[in-house]
Amino acid sequence: MSGVPGLAAIWSRRKIPLAWLLLTRQPARLAVALAGISFAGILMFMQFGFRDGLFDASVTVHKLFDADLVLISPRSSSSVSMAGFPRRRLVQTLADPDVAGITPVHWNLVIWRNPKDLSTRSILALGFEPGDPLFTDPGLAAKAKVLNQRGRVLFDELSRPEFGPVAEWFREGRTVESEIGGKRVRVGGLVGLGVSFGADGNILTSSETYQHLLPNTPPGSIEVGLIRLRPGSDPAVVIERLKNSLPKDVNVFTKQGFMDFEKDYWRSSTAIGFIFTLGAAMGFIVGCVIVYQILYSDVSDHLPEYATLMAMGYRLPTLLGVVAREGLLLALLGYLPAYAAGQGLYSLVRSATRLPVYMDTPRAVLVFSLILVMCMGSAGMAMRRLGDADPAEIF
Amino acid sequence: MVEVEGLCHWYGSGEMRRQVLQQVNLTIQPGEVVLLTGPSGCGKTTLLTLVGALRQVQQGHVRVLGQDLNGSNRRQRQQLRQRIGMIFQGHNLLRCLSAEQNVQMGSDLLPNLGYRARRDQAREWLRAVGLGDHLDKLPHGLSGGQKQRVAIARALAAHPRLLLADEPTAALDKQSGREVVDLLKRLAREQHCAVLMVTHDPRILDVADRLVQMEDGRLIAAPVPEPEPAL
Ligand SMILES: Nc1ncnc2c1ncn2[C@@H]1O[C@H](COP(=O)(O)OP(=O)(O)O)[C@@H](O)[C@H]1O
Ligand SMILES: [Mg+2]
Repeated sequence: MSGVPGLAAIWSRRKIPLAWLLLTRQPARLAVALAGISFAGILMFMQFGFRDGLFDASVTVHKLFDADLVLISPRSSSSVSMAGFPRRRLVQTLADPDVAGITPVHWNLVIWRNPKDLSTRSILALGFEPGDPLFTDPGLAAKAKVLNQRGRVLFDELSRPEFGPVAEWFREGRTVESEIGGKRVRVGGLVGLGVSFGADGNILTSSETYQHLLPNTPPGSIEVGLIRLRPGSDPAVVIERLKNSLPKDVNVFTKQGFMDFEKDYWRSSTAIGFIFTLGAAMGFIVGCVIVYQILYSDVSDHLPEYATLMAMGYRLPTLLGVVAREGLLLALLGYLPAYAAGQGLYSLVRSATRLPVYMDTPRAVLVFSLILVMCMGSAGMAMRRLGDADPAEIF
Repeated sequence: MVEVEGLCHWYGSGEMRRQVLQQVNLTIQPGEVVLLTGPSGCGKTTLLTLVGALRQVQQGHVRVLGQDLNGSNRRQRQQLRQRIGMIFQGHNLLRCLSAEQNVQMGSDLLPNLGYRARRDQAREWLRAVGLGDHLDKLPHGLSGGQKQRVAIARALAAHPRLLLADEPTAALDKQSGREVVDLLKRLAREQHCAVLMVTHDPRILDVADRLVQMEDGRLIAAPVPEPEPAL
């Protein structure tokens, strides 16, 4: 309760809210300013959202794996160019006392034929032993049983619609058959994984079916090795041990390291980061120009009034504070519609592209900070105009 | 209250340097109403801005409300201005503020008063100048005379000991000019506030306790005329 009298005292010391009145009593000017700020904010939300969404989307499948450590070939550079390594290496890790279990995984892009219009498109195929744990999602084990029959696949119902109405047909109870690399497959069930950067869709098969679909795979070669550790063991220590004991024809990552490896590939080998950051910078600059124009002309228009206040004995810092508060209010008022529009556009993007673009707190804070910098910086520049207010010249 | 001694002022520099005030001497007693007249361009406004601490004193001696203005810094002048009320030729109200809010910009300068107290004082002042029914009007909704009355209320709201007015009736017709000046004098009297008013307007000279005339930057005392006989 001790804070309440203090607050009341502060509240009673308040003055006429000049900044607020300056803004709200000029609605046309305010509307232009807010439109400009919101536009800049929306642009930044979209650009950052796409950028982060694309990078996040590159590891949609990676995230799902039930693994503490991951083995891949040093020749693998990303999910779209995975090289094989001897399956033996994965089995060797079982010698380590902290390794609790392993899952060998085949991983490659294959050509899927749309069962409706017969067009073809490349899809990510993962092959594994149906009895092995593959994903952290416990629901997979039951569905995987069907894969024991040769030629059966589990189809990712979150795949892009270009692969055909597989999920709908399957749910209607129809037998859905398609071709992969010219070989007939039948959809034995549906899973929900999600599209990633390198793959517009996913299917799961047994190792046996996988070998059948891709007969060129050398026997005993896999692309990904999942390793699960005993509870309480330190992944960093185990990685060191494995690196020392295994030959150099495999790389060991933590699961996070595996995802970072993939993201880094897209970050460094594409201009995505640069393009979207540039787009956001454009929004920022446009916003700065608009806010500066608005505040500068606002100060200019009211210069005689500011001079009058100085003549009445108001301090220059008090008047600079009015401009600063105008900047702050513009930032707050402009951010809200940008935030709301950002939410709406993100859900639009999610449904149109299936990219995992969400309004997360760091991005919401980032865009707000940029808008704040934009408005306060512009206010700071506009303040210089106040130096021209000379109370001696108003008589 | 106001002591001016040997005040000289120049504008411009180098070739363009021109003297506008020459050895001005002037004293104003507390509560006194002094009118300053003279032809346009003779330096009246310049004198007012120097007394009002709006300009740095160049040469001579100016002492206002006990404060020496020679060698004063910005901060000292700004603080002194809080105790001087100013009324301008144009009304110079804040366009975005209602009449009441404009007057409160004056009372907001008073220390140690709560928001309500300052607002109530602002309303009181507007009633005193006869605008109790126009509290929420914006300046553009008021007539010239009404605006100037708001400006008087604003100037007085900060409880000044000295009121400076530069041709407050210049933009007004005869009738409302007269009303504004009478009001100004009455309220200043009630507040024991000294007034230094510049005017061109021969019709209002009779409100003065003392009339001072200026010519080419010099002051000459003049007798106060009798009030115009009512017709
Ligand atoms: N800021 C200024 N710079 C240069 N000259 C000025 C300035 N202000 C006024 N003057 C000149 O000084 C003279 C006196 O001006 P002023 O004090 O405004 O006279 P008044 O108010 O009696 O009409 C005029 O000739 C005017 O042109
Ligand atoms: Mg003048």
